[in-house]
Amino acid sequence: MVPLAFYLVLSAFLFACGITGFLIKRNIITIFMSIELMLNAVNLSFVAFAAYWKVLDGQVFVFFVMVVAAAEAAVGLAIIISVFRTRETLNVDRVNLLKL
Amino acid sequence: MIHYLLFFIFAAFAVAGAINLLAQKHPIASALSLIVVMGSLAGEYMLLGAEFVAAIQVIVYAGAIMVLFVFTIMLLNAGEEEHSRGSKVAMILGVPAMIAGLVMGAWVLVARDPANTPVGVGAMYGSAHDIAEQLFRRFLLPFEITSVLILIAIMGAVVLARKEER
Repeated sequence: MVPLAFYLVLSAFLFACGITGFLIKRNIITIFMSIELMLNAVNLSFVAFAAYWKVLDGQVFVFFVMVVAAAEAAVGLAIIISVFRTRETLNVDRVNLLKL
Repeated sequence: MIHYLLFFIFAAFAVAGAINLLAQKHPIASALSLIVVMGSLAGEYMLLGAEFVAAIQVIVYAGAIMVLFVFTIMLLNAGEEEHSRGSKVAMILGVPAMIAGLVMGAWVLVARDPANTPVGVGAMYGSAHDIAEQLFRRFLLPFEITSVLILIAIMGAVVLARKEER
């Protein structure tokens, strides 16, 4: 029987790793993977709280998060492909037309 | 006791995978370590009694979404990441601040949790049958709305990734 706090600490650590990757990575695909990591960390919190309160709503919510993540991955990767077609690069520092 | 052991084994894999995702330069290596994180999170879900969530974690996340990522990496022939100059302030202030924040958060959660109630295995009903009862009764409208969302996402992906004919 593992305390709830352990799951929350693991979830917080994974979320922090996701934020760090989002900030320090330069490859647009890796940045996208960091976002997926953050979604996974939140899912772990949802399931842990669902088990803590003994209600299933958290698990149903995880289902919806996964559906949205799948849709987001499909659209996001399509955007990455079309960015690569026009800019010929995956480096986010080179995608700077909006910069002054 | 066995629960603690399994929790720490899966947690160690998840933490190692997450750190490896940050450390690797090549996107394929990052994608593979993300699969390790998702697989070990599926193990954690099993520990929490959430069978259905563990199954769709493996099938949808580690299966479908990561295959999409790996295909895109190979399609775009993504090579090693280029170094950009990192800011010194981020290294000097950011890393200690993040560690301090994590340690403080962990301390508050572990030591100050008034209940510190264990989360049990087997005390939970997370089978596909129970989830479906909820999903098709109380959450029927959101469930139907997600189908519209997925339809829009499919059309958006096709439109965005299509070659423009001129």
